[in-house]
Amino acid sequence: MTDRSEMYDRLKGLIEPFNKKGVEISETTTFAGDLEWDSLTVMDFVAEVEDSFDIVISMNMQAEIENVGQLVDAVGKLTA
Amino acid sequence: MTDLFSKFDPLIQQREGLLATGQKDPFSLVMEEVKSPTVAICNGKETILLGTYNYMGMTFDDDVLAAGKKAMDEFGAGTTGSRVLNGTFFHHRDVENALKEFYAMDHAMVFSTGYQANLGIISTIAGKGDYIILDIDSHASIYDGCKMGDAEIVAFRHNDVEALEKRLKRLPAEAGKLVVLEGVYSMLGDVAPLKEMIRISKEAGAMILVDEAHSMGFIGENGRGVAEEQGVLDDVDFVIGTFSKSVGTVGGFCVSNHPKFEILRLVCRPYVFTAALPPSVMASSAASIRKLMHNGNKRAHLWENSKTLHKGLRDLGFRLGTESPQSAIIAVIMPDLERGAAMWQALLENGLYVNLARPPATPAGMTLLRCSLCAEHSSEQVQDILARFERAGKAVGII
Repeated sequence: MTDRSEMYDRLKGLIEPFNKKGVEISETTTFAGDLEWDSLTVMDFVAEVEDSFDIVISMNMQAEIENVGQLVDAVGKLTA
Repeated sequence: MTDLFSKFDPLIQQREGLLATGQKDPFSLVMEEVKSPTVAICNGKETILLGTYNYMGMTFDDDVLAAGKKAMDEFGAGTTGSRVLNGTFFHHRDVENALKEFYAMDHAMVFSTGYQANLGIISTIAGKGDYIILDIDSHASIYDGCKMGDAEIVAFRHNDVEALEKRLKRLPAEAGKLVVLEGVYSMLGDVAPLKEMIRISKEAGAMILVDEAHSMGFIGENGRGVAEEQGVLDDVDFVIGTFSKSVGTVGGFCVSNHPKFEILRLVCRPYVFTAALPPSVMASSAASIRKLMHNGNKRAHLWENSKTLHKGLRDLGFRLGTESPQSAIIAVIMPDLERGAAMWQALLENGLYVNLARPPATPAGMTLLRCSLCAEHSSEQVQDILARFERAGKAVGII
């Protein structure tokens, strides 16, 4: 569980610079709905996450990721 | 009952809002008469065409017209069939031969549109477990080809060599990879750093597809496109192109030196399950492609037009998509959709047609007035175009 919460904290830190509206972040925060990110912001953020973890998050995977919790799970799998 | 159309409500409202301000609908223009590659009658008014992709002005070329008329008389109006059944006539083979001559490549396959060429080739050659690595600003036909296939899709930042390299290195070494690039990106008219991108893609063991829709006939010593211009055409596995731009007709194609290329005719669904183009279109296309091989003077004049328009618009105070003219497309960046639409209408009232481009077709949510020049635009017409831009720009308050 500590692994997951570490991952969560790290991703939360990466979200912060993109969180222009100062939305309170939780596992259920959605990127399109709550954070109101457009496709450009999503692209920049995904690139940031990919570079931080040295992974590739394909567009097929991105389509399945709607909220922060799902992102934590996906990055967890990719780095396992 | 859920109305399946309710998902379109935001767009319907935006459209209605725009039209309620007295704005003409920029997406329902009718060319009532077409006088030449550069002039048409729109709303009863003589209008200079600056948004047609008709780069080389072949739509009214005498030889192109004559070849089409002859084929229609001799072979009829249509094929009524698939390329793999009854739809391959003499002219379909002939236009494929013309493409092989044009690109000096071993194989050519003609589709009914450029859209279908991308859709078919990309969805067919990259399958389950393979990766497609593409520029985030890729054309809709490339994205749709990805969506239709089963490969994993990885996007990288527009024209960013380092971003491409990083992603290629992170993918499994043994997986099949297709890197998809465009020579000229049609929204801003900017050119890709193909030389670098192709080198790192080859190093990563990827195959490379380059869409040269907006460069064929114009860029490169023989008009083969940006890959030729940058000296890397031999390293490109698949070139995708279209007949609906420089060639001046309609149709799409893929050329390649891959030894097994011909099998695609049996497995590529957008090639198999649609009707072949009419023989007249094929004959006109073949005539046009063979003429485009020897068009050095026209290419030089088109470059001149592009440079003059770019500098002129900049001097007038417009914001442009590229620092310098890189292709026959000059994109003028509008502050927002409302003023972009107003400027579009003001230009039309001044007898000038350009493309209004808006999200999601455009990058970064931009509204663009996209100008595409033609080798048949005279130098006087280009000056005239600049004068009309100045009048409209001042009327709308953009400059």
